Amino acid sequence: MLLEIKNLHASINGTEILKGINLSVNSGEVHAIMGPNGSGKSTLASVLAGREDYEVTSGEVLYNGKNLLELSPEDRAREGVFLAFQYPVEIPGVSNTNLLKTAVNEIRKYKGEEELDSMDFLLLLKEKSKLVELDQKFLSRAVNEGFSGGEKKRNEIFQMAVLNPMLAILDETDSGLDIDALRIVANGVNKLKTKDNATIVVTHYQRLLDYIIPDFVHVLYKGKIVKSGTKELAFELEEKGYDWVKSDNAESVV
Amino acid sequence: MSTTETQKIEELANKEYKYGFVTDIEADTLPVGLNEDIIRQLSAKKNEPEWMTEWRLKAYRHWLSMTEPEWANVNYPPVNYQEISYYSAPKSKPKLNSLDEVDPELLDTYKKLGISLDEQKLFAGVAVDAVFDSVSVATTFKGKLNELGIIFCSFSEAIREHPDLVKKYLGSVVPYTDNYFATLNSAVFSDGSFVYVPKGVRCPMELSTYFRINAANTGQFERTLIIADDGAYVSYLEGCTAPMRDENQLHAAVVELITLDNSQIKYSTVQNWYPGDKDGKGGIYNFVTKRGACRGINSKISWTQVETGSAITWKYPSCILQGDNSIGEFYSVAVTNNMQQADTGTKMIHLGKNTRSTIVSKGISAGRSNNSYRGLVKIGKKAEGARNFSQCDSLLLGDKCGAHTFPYLEISNPTAQVEHEATTSKIGEDQIFYLNQRGISTEDAVSLIVNGYCKEVFKELPMEFAVEAQKLLSISLEGSVG
Repeated sequence: MLLEIKNLHASINGTEILKGINLSVNSGEVHAIMGPNGSGKSTLASVLAGREDYEVTSGEVLYNGKNLLELSPEDRAREGVFLAFQYPVEIPGVSNTNLLKTAVNEIRKYKGEEELDSMDFLLLLKEKSKLVELDQKFLSRAVNEGFSGGEKKRNEIFQMAVLNPMLAILDETDSGLDIDALRIVANGVNKLKTKDNATIVVTHYQRLLDYIIPDFVHVLYKGKIVKSGTKELAFELEEKGYDWVKSDNAESVV
Repeated sequence: MSTTETQKIEELANKEYKYGFVTDIEADTLPVGLNEDIIRQLSAKKNEPEWMTEWRLKAYRHWLSMTEPEWANVNYPPVNYQEISYYSAPKSKPKLNSLDEVDPELLDTYKKLGISLDEQKLFAGVAVDAVFDSVSVATTFKGKLNELGIIFCSFSEAIREHPDLVKKYLGSVVPYTDNYFATLNSAVFSDGSFVYVPKGVRCPMELSTYFRINAANTGQFERTLIIADDGAYVSYLEGCTAPMRDENQLHAAVVELITLDNSQIKYSTVQNWYPGDKDGKGGIYNFVTKRGACRGINSKISWTQVETGSAITWKYPSCILQGDNSIGEFYSVAVTNNMQQADTGTKMIHLGKNTRSTIVSKGISAGRSNNSYRGLVKIGKKAEGARNFSQCDSLLLGDKCGAHTFPYLEISNPTAQVEHEATTSKIGEDQIFYLNQRGISTEDAVSLIVNGYCKEVFKELPMEFAVEAQKLLSISLEGSVG
């Protein structure tokens, strides 16, 4: 099992957001996490990535048999965990090329592999940029600086392509995207799928799941997974809306 | 953050100042205090001609009538000028023809400082004039430069061997009446560098000087004078280190640059004086007057500095653009951490026609430090077609530091084009986390971001200095984020 989350509780500023999450993800699978605003979707993504603002109060997370919660964010990344941010931040002065070269070589160093020289690295970038139809000229620009919303999201998937993670968590990657951008991003994600990696897609809308077909769909409501199913569950949600889940769980949620 | 992470950051923050050691060499010092007698003794020790002694005395008498300025955005306890010894020379032979004659302890000092006065420097093409406390000890490659007619020697030697040049240009850019610290320097300057590049000669190597302040209570009062004659070019590097001391040490240097027609001087500084400990105790006071005069038409003076040290930095490397079409440039990265203070910037004075100036100032504040940029762009009445571009950026690390900007624009000619841009930014936690999530440690993340921020300035430095500068920056900012 690639990822095993057992009874995860997490708070921020004393307020409990995740109230006992249980989730199992195997290699080769795509899991969708859906839910209304404030249910804890982004919190779950942040806690898995290792954001310090959140305090894990109980539960455990096993990643490839390792205790994920004990690792620093950069070590989790080096172990192959990738988070495509909902709001990718701008980093002036640092080019996309520079960021990726540093990241790629850090990961290689961690794994005891030889670092890539500039030549090989540029070839890698060229190859991967085709995957998300990213114009080469973006490479020399500063990370996300002056990028449109769609360009930022595409840049996240581009980085994912270059870093080749084992577990990718896409945090509302579809928000703010028009149909064409959505298609490009989803295409990129699909092309990167292998039997050895896994993807957790966090989203509000069923629309993205037309393009990235999930093996499992989980509904998160008030910090707990209240329903799990296959991709049909997403259609049901689309039809009935989140109120269906909310009323179903009115008594069982604290 | 795991406990090992926290430990690592604490270790790095408490990393001792690498250059904090003292050389145990007999120093020949003058008793503390400042008066005409001390100045005469100082001048005599250096075998100076009468005119030089008189110049010093004139400056000293003027200094007595001056009041120490207090307008800078810095705070420090008053300096007692009578408790400083104004001369310290290591006891070794005054004339050294080869490195074999240099005191081996001294050579060892240079090795620790990362300066190697051996053949490697020859291959690297850098002539090194090593100043140890108040006296220049060894000058290398004089022969090679001599062939081209280039004079590169200690200031003391220049007074003896090239008095006409010194008399002609000394005080012509920074007159002895200029300001309190320049006047003091004019009275008690110890030594420094003298460079003269003759007509049409392009100096083939980077000229460099390393400084060191040793014996407690010895102020360093360097005096440097660089002249580029018609059509000449020279690139000069100034790099400094100093040992760990408890008493504050005053460093009031004066640097004068002169470019004649169609000539160019590039002056680069990487400054790493002891900045004081994390509570603000000790550290160097760096009160420096640096000014270049573009006397000739089509001449150019560029100042590039990376300032990471000193408890207090107070300096404004400036350009007087007299010659038509002359160009002045100022590229600066000034870092303050812990309790350091800086009030630094530049003055670009446009007097001739079609003059241009560029100012790029990158301030980085961390810890509980205070960093101020103070700049003047002055366009004279007759300065037709003057153009200036200024960019002053401040980067704040943490929430206890300060960044301030005091730009002055005095424009007296309607054809002038002056642009001023300023930004203030922080390294956000979000940016650090983003880079963490890509597998990059917090330390490396800060380094990436800060180096990106300073790129524009670093690319103006001669290559070997650029590498040293990047390392210096990382060391200066260790432990400031996270």
